[in-house]
Amino acid sequence: MAFLQVENLAKAYPGNDAPVFEKVNFTLEKGEFVCIIGHSGCGKTTILNALAGLETASGGNITMDGREVAGPGLDRGVVFQSHALMPWLTVIDNVKFGVRSRWPEWSKVEVEAQATKYLEMVGLGAALHKKPAMLSGGMKQRVGIARAFAIQPKMLLLDEPFGALDALTRGTIQDELLKIVQATAQTVFMITHDVDEAILLSDRILLMSNGPRARIAEIVEVTLPRSRTRHDMHHDPRFYRIRNHLVDFLVSRSKDPKPAGQLHPPVVRPGEDEPAEPPLAA
Amino acid sequence: MTKEHWKSLLLSAILFLVFLGVWFVATQPKESAQQTAAQDEYAALMGKGAVKATGFPPPQEIGKAIVTHLSDPFKDNGPNDKGIAIQLGHSLARVGIGFALAILLALPLGFIIGMSPLLYRALDPFIQVLKPISPLAWMPLALYTIKDSNLSGIFVIFICSVWPMLINTAFGVANVRRDWLNVARTLEVRPVRKALMVILPAAAPTILTGMRISMGIAWLVIVAAEMLVGGTGIGYFVWNEWNNLALPNVIFAILVIGLVGMILDRCFAGLQRLVSYTE
Repeated sequence: MAFLQVENLAKAYPGNDAPVFEKVNFTLEKGEFVCIIGHSGCGKTTILNALAGLETASGGNITMDGREVAGPGLDRGVVFQSHALMPWLTVIDNVKFGVRSRWPEWSKVEVEAQATKYLEMVGLGAALHKKPAMLSGGMKQRVGIARAFAIQPKMLLLDEPFGALDALTRGTIQDELLKIVQATAQTVFMITHDVDEAILLSDRILLMSNGPRARIAEIVEVTLPRSRTRHDMHHDPRFYRIRNHLVDFLVSRSKDPKPAGQLHPPVVRPGEDEPAEPPLAA
Repeated sequence: MTKEHWKSLLLSAILFLVFLGVWFVATQPKESAQQTAAQDEYAALMGKGAVKATGFPPPQEIGKAIVTHLSDPFKDNGPNDKGIAIQLGHSLARVGIGFALAILLALPLGFIIGMSPLLYRALDPFIQVLKPISPLAWMPLALYTIKDSNLSGIFVIFICSVWPMLINTAFGVANVRRDWLNVARTLEVRPVRKALMVILPAAAPTILTGMRISMGIAWLVIVAAEMLVGGTGIGYFVWNEWNNLALPNVIFAILVIGLVGMILDRCFAGLQRLVSYTE
């Protein structure tokens, strides 16, 4: 049984007969990095919030590590789109707030050490005692990431964490995230709008069709070696095949719902396909 | 201090001097009321000096009153001759106790109302009706039920302080950013810890604003309340000096009320700065 199992997840709002999404099925293995891509309004954030336990789906089940997900918990760390730092606390106090919630029995020194360790990991060792208002957008988001990592959750959920950042900052933080994820073997589920970001970071990419009645139309396996970096991955011909496949989907195929009645979305490996071959052989 | 600061300070000083000058000129004894020798004699016989205090007192009279009062602020020669510090002490004590009682009620209740939309809506009509009532309108009811003028004064301060605090607390608590609450939820923070570590600091600036408004109103109301119930306090002092027709003392008291009110407001402004945050 997979580490995380999502079965027939659906979300409908009362008074709206067409559900935002339905029949959403996917799994995550331990240590896997999975991105979800789709146009706005297809319910990505709702899926993530359901995984976090912050929202309840109107149908379907989520099981993580053999247990049903019902409500938020410390076994899942969330990085919010708007960083959600508490502005009255310093950087380290924000992280310590999480650490203390996770291990209430820890001594002051232990809490401090844990918070410092993760803040240094994201390169904020020099800004421990600053207030969030004094930090740039990228630094704030780093604090958010450190806070989520510091509680050592079983799964990390990132809701488009770099959406508001400029391209340069985004690149550096992606590298940092990649390093930390590889060092900690963290299981990650992440929403993004950025195709390159998805290819760089993930093992698999879930492609969602447009809502209403959105579903996961395809699961794309990123067959580039795990050691890929931002600087060399675009020299690999597979990168462009995957990239083109994703962009094609977003531009033309996402509007068109996939074969109805199919419970599990097809898995494709566009990186390995011969260009001439039809993308959907499976 | 910047140059602008000095300029504004200088302008304030000039305006103040002009004000004093106009006041001085306007309150000079009129030339037409030249007194005859006989009238002077009569005045002397009546035990009053040649310069009789008629009409609005000139600024130097106020100066004298200030010196007299400040030279012995703690005197206590019976109910009608207490030093200004003693009177202020009584007023501040009433305001302090009434205000503290209001905090004890408004903070927890505001928290509950703010966290429960149902209670918010259910209690809103009552608050809306009770809020605009002049606190002094409660006085007869308070005197009748409490039967103690001092406690009635405290009650009036309590009732006027409670509304702004209650409304602002509820508003602040109800409008804590969802993100912060979600952070607390994902971290499984216990309710009490969440209230103290997340909601309270998030709502603190709004709550403090409510307290500052309350304190402003309380200080306005205490003067009127003490005029009504009498006995002690700065309000009673004003009323008593008015009955003595000692206008310099009344003006002195007005000055003191203004200064103390300003100090109280500054204190709360400082507290506000202490808990405010920038996002």
